[in-house]
Amino acid sequence: MKAKDIALNGLFRQNPTLKLVLGTCPTLALTTLAMNGIGMGLAVTFVLTCSNIIISLLRNVIPSKVRIPAYILIIATFVTVIRMVLNKFLPDIAASLGTYLPLIVVNCIILGRAEAFASKNPVLASCLDGIFMGLGFMAALTLMGAFREFFGSGTLFGLKVMDFSIGFFVQPAGALFTYAVFIALYSLIFMAVTNRKKAPKTQTAPTTEKEVNGNA
Amino acid sequence: MLKMIPAIIMTAMLSQNFILVQFLGICPFLGVSKNIKNAFGMGLAVTVVMFIATLITYPLYTYLLKPLGFDYMEIIVFIFVIASLVQVIEIILKKTSKPLYEAMGIYLPLITTNCAVLGVTELVLTSELVTGLFDACCYGLFGGLGFTLAIVLMSGMREKLDTTRVPRPLEGFPITMLLACFMAMAFSMF
Repeated sequence: MKAKDIALNGLFRQNPTLKLVLGTCPTLALTTLAMNGIGMGLAVTFVLTCSNIIISLLRNVIPSKVRIPAYILIIATFVTVIRMVLNKFLPDIAASLGTYLPLIVVNCIILGRAEAFASKNPVLASCLDGIFMGLGFMAALTLMGAFREFFGSGTLFGLKVMDFSIGFFVQPAGALFTYAVFIALYSLIFMAVTNRKKAPKTQTAPTTEKEVNGNA
Repeated sequence: MLKMIPAIIMTAMLSQNFILVQFLGICPFLGVSKNIKNAFGMGLAVTVVMFIATLITYPLYTYLLKPLGFDYMEIIVFIFVIASLVQVIEIILKKTSKPLYEAMGIYLPLITTNCAVLGVTELVLTSELVTGLFDACCYGLFGGLGFTLAIVLMSGMREKLDTTRVPRPLEGFPITMLLACFMAMAFSMF
C-alpha cells in the first residue's frame, strides 16, 4: 500500500472519528475546549504509533488465540508511559484530560488498528498508519473542540473572540449534538467527493454536455 | 459511611450517568442498542462486571499497590484484572447456567474494552463520595444500573426509528446521537 493512500485513509477516507466512529468516549467528553483536542490527539497518536510498530513486529510471534490480551498489555504499557510523561512535564494537560488519559487503553481506535492493520502489515506501513490515524483523530477532535468552545464559551484556544455564549454547547447534550452535526456534514462532503470522482468515468456523454453548457 | 449511599446512588445512576453525562461506554451504547432484548443483556453483563471489578481493584489499589509504591502500575494491573475477570465469568457461566450464558455470553468479550468498566475503577479512586470499599462497590453497582437504564431506553427508541425515514446524511449514527442528545438533556436536569 502506498504512503499517500495510508495518509489519505487516516485523514479523510477512513477518518477514525467521523467515518469509523471509533473512540467516541474521549471525542464527546473532551471537546469542550479546542486545546483538549490537541492534547488528547497527540497522546493517542503516540500510543497508536508505538503500539502499531510493536504489534507489527510481533505479528508472527503472538499466537492468534491470545492476541487480544497481548495487544491490550502492549497498549497499556505505552499509556502508562505517556501518562507518566504528561504528569511530569505537562501537568496542566494531564489534569484537563483527567480519567480519559488512562482510558486510552480501551480506546477502540487503537485496538481496532492493531487488529485491522498492524497485525497484517509490515512495520513501516503500520507506523505510518498509526501516525495518520492519530492525526485524523486529532484533527476531528480539534475542529469539534473549536466549534464547541466558540459557541459554548465564546473563546478559541482560550482567547476571547465573542461576547456572548450558548451554554448548551459545552454541556453533555451539546457534545452529542455537535458530533451528530459533524458526522452528517462529513458524510455530505464524502458523498459529494466520491460522486464527482465517479461521474466522469461512468458517464461520458453527460460530461460533454456539461462542457457545452459551460461554454455557452 | 451509610449516609453517603443515597448520594452515591443518585450520582452514579442519574446525575453522573456513565453513558449520557460522562460519556463512558459509548461504543456498546451505539453498537448494541438495536433491540431491547440485546440491550438488556448487555446492560446486565456490564453491571455484573463493573460491580465485581470495583470489588477487586479498589482494595488491590488501596491496600497493595499504593502502600508498596506501585501506583504507577495501576492501568496495567486494572486492565489485567478486568480481562481475566471477564474470562472467569464466561467460564463459570458456561459451566453452571446455560440460559444465563446464552443471554449474556456473547456480550462478555466486548466488555474488556468497555470504557465504563475501566472508567469506574479509576473514578472511585478519585471521587469525593467514595470513602471505603462499600461505597466503591455501590458506585460500581449503581453506575452499571444507570448504564442499563440508558441503553434500554435508547434501544426502545431505536426500534421505533427503524420504521421511520430520516434524511440521507443523518442516517445511522447521527440520528442516534441526536436522540441521545435529548436524553442527555433530560439526565442533566437531575
